[in-house]
Amino acid sequence: MYNKGTIIPGLIIFVLFVTFPIWFNGLKAAPAPKPELPPGGEKKCIESVEYMRANHMQVLNQWRDNVLRDDKRTVVEVEGKKYRKGLQQACMQCHSNKEKFCDNCHTFAAVTPYCWDCHLTPKEAASKEGTR
Amino acid sequence: MIEKTLKGKPAYWIWLAFLGMFMAIGAFCYSRQFLFGLGMTGMSRDVSWGLYISQFTFLVGVAAGGVMLVLPYYIHDFKEFGKITILGEFLAIAAISMCLLFIMADLGQPLRALNVVFHPTPSSMLFYDMIVLNGYLFLNILCGWVILTAERKGIHPPKWIYFFVYLSIPFAVSIHTVTAMLYCGLPGRHFWLSAIIAPRFLASAFAAGPALIILACLVLKRVANFDAGKKAMDKLVTIIMYAALLNTFFVFLEVFVGYYSNIPGHKHSIEYLFFGLEHHGHVYDNLVPFMWTSVILNFGALGLFAWPYARKKNEFLLGLSCVMIFFALWIDKGLGFVFAGFVPNPLEEITEYIPTANELGITLGIWATGFFILTLLYKIVIGCEHEMEH
Amino acid sequence: MDTQRRKFLKIAGASVLAGIGAPAIIKLSASTALASDHGVAAGAHGAPAGAAHGAAAHVEAVPQGVRLGMVIDMRKIIEQPVLLDNAITACNEAHNIPQIGNRKSEIKWIWKAPFENVFPGESNYHLAKNVEKSDFAVLCNHCDDPPCVRACPTQATFKVKENGIVAMDFHRCIGCRFCMAACPYGARSFNWEDPRPYIKKYNNQFPSRMRGVVEKCNFCGERLALGQEPACVEACKGTGAIVFGDLNDAQSEIRQVLDKEFTIQRNTSLGTKPSVFYIV
Repeated sequence: MYNKGTIIPGLIIFVLFVTFPIWFNGLKAAPAPKPELPPGGEKKCIESVEYMRANHMQVLNQWRDNVLRDDKRTVVEVEGKKYRKGLQQACMQCHSNKEKFCDNCHTFAAVTPYCWDCHLTPKEAASKEGTR
Repeated sequence: MIEKTLKGKPAYWIWLAFLGMFMAIGAFCYSRQFLFGLGMTGMSRDVSWGLYISQFTFLVGVAAGGVMLVLPYYIHDFKEFGKITILGEFLAIAAISMCLLFIMADLGQPLRALNVVFHPTPSSMLFYDMIVLNGYLFLNILCGWVILTAERKGIHPPKWIYFFVYLSIPFAVSIHTVTAMLYCGLPGRHFWLSAIIAPRFLASAFAAGPALIILACLVLKRVANFDAGKKAMDKLVTIIMYAALLNTFFVFLEVFVGYYSNIPGHKHSIEYLFFGLEHHGHVYDNLVPFMWTSVILNFGALGLFAWPYARKKNEFLLGLSCVMIFFALWIDKGLGFVFAGFVPNPLEEITEYIPTANELGITLGIWATGFFILTLLYKIVIGCEHEMEH
Repeated sequence: MDTQRRKFLKIAGASVLAGIGAPAIIKLSASTALASDHGVAAGAHGAPAGAAHGAAAHVEAVPQGVRLGMVIDMRKIIEQPVLLDNAITACNEAHNIPQIGNRKSEIKWIWKAPFENVFPGESNYHLAKNVEKSDFAVLCNHCDDPPCVRACPTQATFKVKENGIVAMDFHRCIGCRFCMAACPYGARSFNWEDPRPYIKKYNNQFPSRMRGVVEKCNFCGERLALGQEPACVEACKGTGAIVFGDLNDAQSEIRQVLDKEFTIQRNTSLGTKPSVFYIV
């Protein structure tokens, strides 16, 4: 092989570089996050925990299109309580603490959804005397 | 062939470093805009498009101008263009790259740019613009590369490539037509609502693009020992002259329609551009000095082109007239056309647009990126030429 | 459930086409989530098939479509200019509209402008003094043939087919501002920067916007869904200064007003078919 002296160290540096996230954490996975359960004590969501864990983003996208585009602002009902479709209108009625519920996993998974660029968390809304 | 870009005289590297500096400034300014929002620019609720979109519009023309080499060479078999047609194709690549960068710089939510693909909307002219711009970029990369590779090997280009060469001709026309349609199909913007916009765009494009190619040839002759040939240059000057004359004629027609019909909506923007628009006792005339500069440069360049000594015997005067016509058209289309369309606004209020330093930094950065790409591409062309001569 | 509703729609649509449908339903919106809670939209059960399918379904059954519109009675606003101020404040508060306070970046859904600016095509030579001096209400016209919708490359702005509202999907907007160039009424605003610091008071029933998207009046689609009137209409309640309703329904209040009064619209020569009318 030509240029053995440069190629092999180069390869080693490359491999070390791309595996950086693995060995930097000492080959251990960080502990999985435990999102906070609804402070109001609600036990049931619109679907099972497993389903929501895997699909909440699709549900939100579908609701978004239902409400905004298709004018299907139908109500979702959980245990006799009615909710309007929407992050602010439904989800955050129970999961009221964004930091302890949403961010908990999102930070762990290194995703930054732009929901709260527009949607108000109860805390944010209260910061400027939320009306109604 | 890319390896040709890696070897050059110090002047080549200094030039690249010079451009690189502006690119770095542009990147820095863009990061500021990215983090803060388009409020970093001088654009406003009333003048909602500024320098980015106007540069985009002008550069689509520069890209389309390349067809003024492709068409005579491939359709009319005008052999003298054999050596420089590739320059036209590569100029188109650089210009379209700038266009796409300018569009990205102009988006409020650049990370969502692909929504145009995810939610295709055939009623929107921007949808077609995306198709033809990317199509034209692809065609020029393909044709330029395949033909240059063949030339370098001293063989004829493969037959199939001619299909794409011929296809690139209607694409060149379509990129500027569709760009004109972004403007001329909008109700309520009188200045843009004119069927002559597309022909006018094409005419100015067919002058500005070739003018830049002549300039490039003159520079390459000095710094890279590349001679495009007298006949080719002469033909290009003729093309520029007719195109610039047509553009002047079209602009005159706009002025005539506005002033003779005396319809306020048709007159306002023209008045704003050339004389300043009076409104509640205040005269708004930001663009007036620019527009008259454009007029003077335009007629000055046409005069020089018409003078045989200047266009045939004196390279300095030839270069000067090309610089003049390029700047005249840049002001006309790259500033005036877009900005004046927003004055007055639909409620007949007037807001003037003054770009901010950050915006200028990004604009310069993108232009530098375009010239960077152009330099590398032309370096490849020159490298191959010289290789064949040996 | 979705398929069921679609089936219902087909049946209902066909029956109305056949002429056996219910008389046109007076509806502000095509949907009434939580309507039963609020006790609104009663009487909307006109369609025979509708009752069986519950509150959510019946409202989408008007096949010819609802076309929501507005009549602004400037005589009343000229008499009582505070009505317009109230309407604007109500809108700003309902929609978390930032008060940026400069012409460059301002965001406005409904605002005030003089006659000559609102109707630049109309003659304002020797205009009646009280009209000349008064401020008119300006807002999105919710055109029947909206140029902004035509221009938008992502369908981020679109016409809601159920009620004719020209709506915005802020999630999808890429901020190209083509719609702003296309709108012949200057109704659209762009978020040149993060609007939140400029919002005085949050309404937690509505989101704010993020920087880089276009926004405009939405005819209070979110309030209509709850059976409420648009915020500006509610602010002028009892005065008749702003009348809102279905332009396609001959029985609606707005049609009664339009039948009786001479109205003008902004720049109709462009063929956009605005849905906002003015009584001067």
